[in-house]
Amino acid sequence: MIDVVHAGIAEVGAAVRSGSARARDVTERYLDRIARLDGALGAYLLVDAAGARRNADQIDGAVAGGRDPGPLAGVAIGLKDNFLTRGIETTCASRILRGFVPPYEATVAGRLAAAGCVMLGKLNMDEFAMGSSTEQSARGPVRNPWSLDHVPGGSSGGSAAAVAASMCAGALGTDTGGSIRQPAAMCGVVGIKPTYGRVSRYGVIAFASSLDHPGPFGRTVDDVAALLEIIAGHDPCDATSIPAPVGRYRDAARVGVAGLRVGVPAEYFGQGLDPEVESLVRAALDELARAGATLVPVSMPHTKYAVATYYIICTAEASSNLARYDGVRFGHRTDCPGDLADLYAQTRGEGFGPEPKRRIMLGTYVLRAGYYDAYYGKALRVRRKIADDFAAAFAQCDALATPTSPIPAFRFGEKMTDPLQMYLADILTVGPNLAGVPALSQGCGFTSTGLPVGLQIIGPPLGEEVVFRVAGAYEARTDWHRRRPIDISVPPP
Amino acid sequence: MTRMGLDEVRLLASLARLRLTDEEIVRMAADLDRILGLVETLRAVDTTGVEPMTHAVPFDCPLRADQVQPPLPVEEALRNAPRREDGYFQVPSIVAAGGADRDET
Repeated sequence: MIDVVHAGIAEVGAAVRSGSARARDVTERYLDRIARLDGALGAYLLVDAAGARRNADQIDGAVAGGRDPGPLAGVAIGLKDNFLTRGIETTCASRILRGFVPPYEATVAGRLAAAGCVMLGKLNMDEFAMGSSTEQSARGPVRNPWSLDHVPGGSSGGSAAAVAASMCAGALGTDTGGSIRQPAAMCGVVGIKPTYGRVSRYGVIAFASSLDHPGPFGRTVDDVAALLEIIAGHDPCDATSIPAPVGRYRDAARVGVAGLRVGVPAEYFGQGLDPEVESLVRAALDELARAGATLVPVSMPHTKYAVATYYIICTAEASSNLARYDGVRFGHRTDCPGDLADLYAQTRGEGFGPEPKRRIMLGTYVLRAGYYDAYYGKALRVRRKIADDFAAAFAQCDALATPTSPIPAFRFGEKMTDPLQMYLADILTVGPNLAGVPALSQGCGFTSTGLPVGLQIIGPPLGEEVVFRVAGAYEARTDWHRRRPIDISVPPP
Repeated sequence: MTRMGLDEVRLLASLARLRLTDEEIVRMAADLDRILGLVETLRAVDTTGVEPMTHAVPFDCPLRADQVQPPLPVEEALRNAPRREDGYFQVPSIVAAGGADRDET
């Protein structure tokens, strides 16, 4: 009998399919952990216990009746609250969407359900996925399971913290400038932002459409690979979805790295990199070399322009995407409208928090007539130069390895007074979003104060398999992924 | 260096249909000013002859088969509306008070 909370996702799916474990028991174990731990952590915005039990019972019924419950039967998952869930409130952690109950489901949420996953609830995030600490949630902060006075990273901080604290086996998040990888690094779990278009965005609430990437979190490389195999693939409902076949990511993670060239871009080890982070990441590079990879120094000279380019493009797209929140069709509506223009302005002024407001304003500025070419047009051209840096690097190597975040998790409030400081923390993650290439973060050690540090593996377009080869080989030689944060306020047995 | 005056912020807020308090406008001017300082570092990059990159992955806008699908039922589409009337979204007068009476149009 396996321990269903600590076993891998594929192992749990196999046990439930074979009838040696029950989906209902798995679900109850996780609901129990949420009930005990989440008061301290704040990862969940909504726990759908009744729905989870109902789905679990249906899966057990299918097994008993000899029907196929799906490859990941009974696997307990959580969804960031920007994935639409039919009939279940979806708010983006924003006041402006409070009470919104979607009439349809995100494609990827449907795929996980069809694979037998049991959705436990909706996970906290920075409002509209805008932030790097989850402090921008209108519904209260998420605490880092490794240290309650530190942030979990963001914007998918609820997803990362819930997986780290084993309040779900896996979770989905979204990554527009690092929002999967950076919280994965800060919470000591694995997360991947796949190639742009590899995973459908249909039913995922838009922030910056050309940069938004949905992707999975898990405790191990194999767990993340198993989830990605389910959610990846073409979706006719998303015009940007790629019709290429889905790779065998779990198998790739077991191949090893012998003969692979792993590029080390000098610009990712520059000013502002925490010395402890640097030494742990360099030790991880040595480990990859011992595993048979060849380390290749590469240069990506436009890296220093990535944050500025990112914040022009993402705010321009956000100001357009967030125009739909106007108090007419869904969500918050002001109590005191005058005329229609008043209704829009008053509703939006009341409904959006500080960070969405800042980004709507900046986006409106860079798109204005007379400024468009100098800001937005310029950023689109620098974006190509940054993408060209990646293409040039991948002419010399098969994958890149870098730190995920220049710093470990920081304390609450430390970066909230200056938005620019928060933006600059994204320096090592925004490049892969601008270029659309796949990138994964996995744990590569802990600081002297016990905070997790992340290693980022970046691949060429549709190179998820090579990313999993590197990540799988590193994980097989280390045991950081086996460490768990101590349970918070768990009563003695 | 000040790139962003208070009147400029007020104009932007009105273009963005965003009502801000006086306090928010002052804070916004300072924040945007700092962020634009970062953004202006891009001027150093020579982008002569570089084609703008609007999309990470090249793709042709695909067409799907022109088949009739069941639409979202009106009741479902209106379920989240804060105000509705006779199967429509309900909004206040679209002309300012003192303008033409909407019932006459």
